[in-house]
Amino acid sequence: MKIHEYQAKDLFKQYAIPIPEGRVAFDAEEAKQVAARLGAFPVVVKAQIHAGGRGKGGGVKLAHSLDEVGKIAGRLIGMNLVTHQTGPEGRLVRKVLVEEGLQIEKELYFSIVPDRATAKVVIMASRAGGMDIEEVAEKTPEKIVKVYVDPLAGLQPHHCRQVAFGLGLTGALMKAMTQLTTQLYRLFMDYDCSLVEINPLVITAGQQLMALDAKINFDDNALFRHKDIVELRDLDEEDPLEVEASKYNLNYINLDGNVGNMVNGAGLAMATMDLIKLAGAEPANFLDVGGGANAEMVENGFRIILSDKNVRGILINIFGGILRCDVLAEGVVKAAEKTGINVPVVVRMEGTNVEEGRRILAESGLNLISAADLKDAAAKVAEIVKS
Amino acid sequence: MSIFADNNTKVLVQGITGREGQFHTRQCVDYGTQVVAGVTPGKGGQKMDGIPVFNTVADAREQTGANCSLIFVPPPFAADAILEAVDAGIELIVAITEGIPVLDMMKVKSYMQNSPSRLIGPNCPGIITPGQCKVGIMPGPIHKPGGPIGVVSRSGTLTYEVVHQLTGQGIGQTTCIGIGGDPVNGTNFIDCLAAFQEDPETKGIVMVGEIGGSAEEEAAGFITEKVTKPVVGFIAGLTAPPGRRMGHAGAIISGKSGTAQGKIEAMEAAGIHVCRDLGRLGELCAKVFSDA
Repeated sequence: MKIHEYQAKDLFKQYAIPIPEGRVAFDAEEAKQVAARLGAFPVVVKAQIHAGGRGKGGGVKLAHSLDEVGKIAGRLIGMNLVTHQTGPEGRLVRKVLVEEGLQIEKELYFSIVPDRATAKVVIMASRAGGMDIEEVAEKTPEKIVKVYVDPLAGLQPHHCRQVAFGLGLTGALMKAMTQLTTQLYRLFMDYDCSLVEINPLVITAGQQLMALDAKINFDDNALFRHKDIVELRDLDEEDPLEVEASKYNLNYINLDGNVGNMVNGAGLAMATMDLIKLAGAEPANFLDVGGGANAEMVENGFRIILSDKNVRGILINIFGGILRCDVLAEGVVKAAEKTGINVPVVVRMEGTNVEEGRRILAESGLNLISAADLKDAAAKVAEIVKS
Repeated sequence: MSIFADNNTKVLVQGITGREGQFHTRQCVDYGTQVVAGVTPGKGGQKMDGIPVFNTVADAREQTGANCSLIFVPPPFAADAILEAVDAGIELIVAITEGIPVLDMMKVKSYMQNSPSRLIGPNCPGIITPGQCKVGIMPGPIHKPGGPIGVVSRSGTLTYEVVHQLTGQGIGQTTCIGIGGDPVNGTNFIDCLAAFQEDPETKGIVMVGEIGGSAEEEAAGFITEKVTKPVVGFIAGLTAPPGRRMGHAGAIISGKSGTAQGKIEAMEAAGIHVCRDLGRLGELCAKVFSDA
């Protein structure tokens, strides 16, 4: 789960991570009020969306007067901000963060992520702040300090020293960096984060460390123990069909193609998308109804696929294991009766209770195209797209 | 022969009295697996279909001689369940549970570093040695006993598809293992590849991967150095958009790493026969393994 920069900074504040003074605003008037309270110029007005690259995309602006704050905030709020992470359609800006401007001496990079290969927590820091860290890692890997922490033993002082020395910090700044590393590690562990990132982490002209930006992602699988974080979820930032699907515990991702598909199991669902592409079409979605799906989930999944206006055909591919084919068939029939099917549907079923499932579909009187196996299913999908 | 599980595997089921635990225990028993015990805290002394239920794994092991645990415990309590099995000295632990927090699994992994126990999963279908024992949730009848092919996969139903096509071609399996779709798991590709390489009955290997992480690339490196048996590979997720988690917690392309294309290239460079069309995987296996 993602949260906004201003929400991440609220969490930083609770963990005594130094951040610039500021507040979120939902319209131009409110933005001016925040700026007035800050009492000095320039101030920074930052668009709040769940995507990186906001600065380059024109979503971060300096303002030198109240008037300018109002103008910039007014322009940003309501605009479709396009960054390299939003795709060409951009993301609607609904709020801005207004913050004090700072005299910056140096920009650093800092992040904490779980490292899947070593099963350790890795702290990454770099003197090349403010840049795309992937680019830094590719071109100048020697500029990145990586420190691996065993989650059982926990963060030790020597880890913090490695980070601080690696950044070339000494004296008071080294102390501040140690403090910051310790606190952010605590935050990371306390909240089951999947990413804590500050880019840039700045050294101000007054020799203070300050988190100019803040990005936190959370492990979806751990949200059950963080009810306070769940409340920070911003549904406006998510695809409406995906939000709808999540209500029914369906794993759905909306894509650009026109062949809808419903599959049980994530791996088989991805492979089915690939098969659609190989047949010369583009998948309209990823939908894993899961191993333990019931007829109601199948029905909802079907309805969600059909509500995507781009869908011109549907491929259902189920390998019955825990999800029995007769249960799937019942769900499809119910969904078809309720919503009506106006596109061709190819069904490929195999596994547990497949005969019963095929009988239910055959006797339903629905116009379904049955496929003998995966090869056959792909060929029939290709036909749909050509017609 | 087989790897990790066979006729001598004596299974205890953690979470045996739950809905899924009961259902799959019955399926395993029907397949011929020796299920000797169940564990549900607070229900010790009861029976499930005649199988004795214990309060703790240690009790169950002591009184039944179980050497393998199959775990159906819900995510908030699953890490604890795995650690209980480790502490009780269970040799093979198979965790089916999907949705365990990453930090929990990282701690489990660290704890198990010097333990003799082997963990398969979590978020996996389990392990089956066709004709001998099934410790998991895969449909038994699609498998064909007697080998000669070993199957290792990060996925569940995709593995069933692969096995179904193998069986359809008349190709049997020695052992099929789902290592799970989570970013942090116990047994990995390399562990399975090494065991299949050692197993005299296994003449060829099918390896099924997907986007996310670098486990396939590392496995390809291992194959180049250590595996002499023919390997057929498949990678799911060529059409997956970057930055999105495709169902499995571990199936995500981050930046430029973890792409299907990158994995396919690494595997082809290692001499693996990578199948691009899942519909024809069985045919490719028949060709590649014809001499096996």
